[in-house]
Amino acid sequence: MIEIRLHGRGGQGAVTSAELIAVAAIHQGLYAQAFPSFGPERRGAPVQAFARISNTYIRTRERIYHPDVILVLDPSLPKLVKVTDGLKEGGVAILNSHHSEEEVRKMLGGYQGKLALVDATKIALEELGVPITNTTMLGALVKAIDLIEINYLEEAVRARFGKLADKNIKALRRAMEETQIYG
Amino acid sequence: MGKRVAKEVSIAVADAVAQCRVDVIAAYPITPQTHIVEHLSELVNNGELDAEFVTVESEHAALSVCIGASATGVRTFTSTAAQGLLFMYECLFIASALRLPIVMVVANRSVSAPISIWNDHGDIMTMRDAGWIQTFSENGQEAVDLVYHAYRVAEKAMLPVAVNLDGFIVTHVVEPIELLDQELVDRYIPPYRPKYKLDPKNPITVGAIGVPEIYTEARKALDVALENSYRTIVQAWKDFEKISGRKYQPVETYRMEDAEVGMVIMGSLTETAMNAVDKLREEGKKVGLLRFRLWRPFPYRDFLRAIGKVKSLVVVDRALSHGSTGGPVGIEIRSALYQSNKRPKIVNFVAGLAGRDVTVEDFIEMFEKGYTYMTKKAPFFYEIYGVKE
Repeated sequence: MIEIRLHGRGGQGAVTSAELIAVAAIHQGLYAQAFPSFGPERRGAPVQAFARISNTYIRTRERIYHPDVILVLDPSLPKLVKVTDGLKEGGVAILNSHHSEEEVRKMLGGYQGKLALVDATKIALEELGVPITNTTMLGALVKAIDLIEINYLEEAVRARFGKLADKNIKALRRAMEETQIYG
Repeated sequence: MGKRVAKEVSIAVADAVAQCRVDVIAAYPITPQTHIVEHLSELVNNGELDAEFVTVESEHAALSVCIGASATGVRTFTSTAAQGLLFMYECLFIASALRLPIVMVVANRSVSAPISIWNDHGDIMTMRDAGWIQTFSENGQEAVDLVYHAYRVAEKAMLPVAVNLDGFIVTHVVEPIELLDQELVDRYIPPYRPKYKLDPKNPITVGAIGVPEIYTEARKALDVALENSYRTIVQAWKDFEKISGRKYQPVETYRMEDAEVGMVIMGSLTETAMNAVDKLREEGKKVGLLRFRLWRPFPYRDFLRAIGKVKSLVVVDRALSHGSTGGPVGIEIRSALYQSNKRPKIVNFVAGLAGRDVTVEDFIEMFEKGYTYMTKKAPFFYEIYGVKE
């Protein structure tokens, strides 16, 4: 089972991201759960959302304390929140950042593990015209973890976004190509 | 076979309600509510569901509308949680005593104060004496299945049914769910044809005064109806298994065959507790789990059979009964055991209030308490688990 914790800001669509991951995984024939952090949320404040993916029925309702993957939608969050908190050894941190590998590792307090970086804000601005990276970052996720097939994710985005789907899928595909993996 | 979908559980529950071809939905669409009635309002608005959606001024009115509508012989639905359920309180007893087959989904949440929106069973346990059939689900699939079941049972038993699912922990999760094909739903839940209904052409009185000479008899009738509904409930699960392949029982067990310490828990935490059972079984400890799928009418015989020969029983309540000798489930179980020869020691915890996470490690700790209480001399035990001091 793979557990994913998403970090975003209220209104950036972290919960939608988590849901798209689960929907894609389920349509692919896997088992999945997606859920928000249960509590009051405010626009702009740091928020979390969660997803679990497994080959077998997921029999737990515990919170996720030790994720295998963290997916950070907003580039300013690592300065405010310890996003790698509880990340499993051997896990992967996927961040939206225009900084270099060294700079990001330093920002994460000397993080040594696997890292995936993409300038998703730039892609989102160019493809969608808004700095909303929740679908773009899913491209980075597909690249960083070899689990979800892109066509199922595209299908989930299409079902969710209707007319806006094409743009979002383009951003997602571009992020998949541009994501760099380190370590 | 049905279609496997990836949906937020609340949305899937609403879809199941729509599949049951409800006629009237009444809801108060404000916190504490779920997406269940929101999605139903969309279905009605889009013309996908031919039903009357009544947005009322309060939860009290929501159930009142269902009562009135149901009395005219149509299929009704409402959903609520926490304060909303408490605000319905006086109507709960009317719905059951008038023998109206209303179905209500309760997204279980804690009651104020302090103000809380999170999950526990503090709301539903207040209505345990209200004369409703009450069932509990542990995941999205079960919630959906229990909705289908509720309509079949309600209209056969002429009693209202409350289907419980955990607020947030289940209602807000996207997970795989299989909805029945419409054709099967239509066969399982045929059109509702009540024996009596409010009809201007054939007037009857519903809800008349119960003078001392008949009140006792009227209440006794409800009590007997609830007791007799047990067979209808079990039969409806058997019928459901035939069309879906999914089996449900009043008391569900997990690895109880040779258990010496058993645990009782209801709702979605059951799934986490199963992992604790597996872990302890790997260490050679004979532990097992049981949970009430059916809470009202209380499945007394199933329970006694299910506990086998356990020496202690860890009862994990998700609600308090203030000033009492245990949590609502703990009290019920002690009472049930008193009528039998079985005398396992009861270790009664209250845990997971207002969404506080209960982990595998927590359940293991509770099981260990159960082991220390296996002796005959063990003292009375009742504790609120994990209180920070």
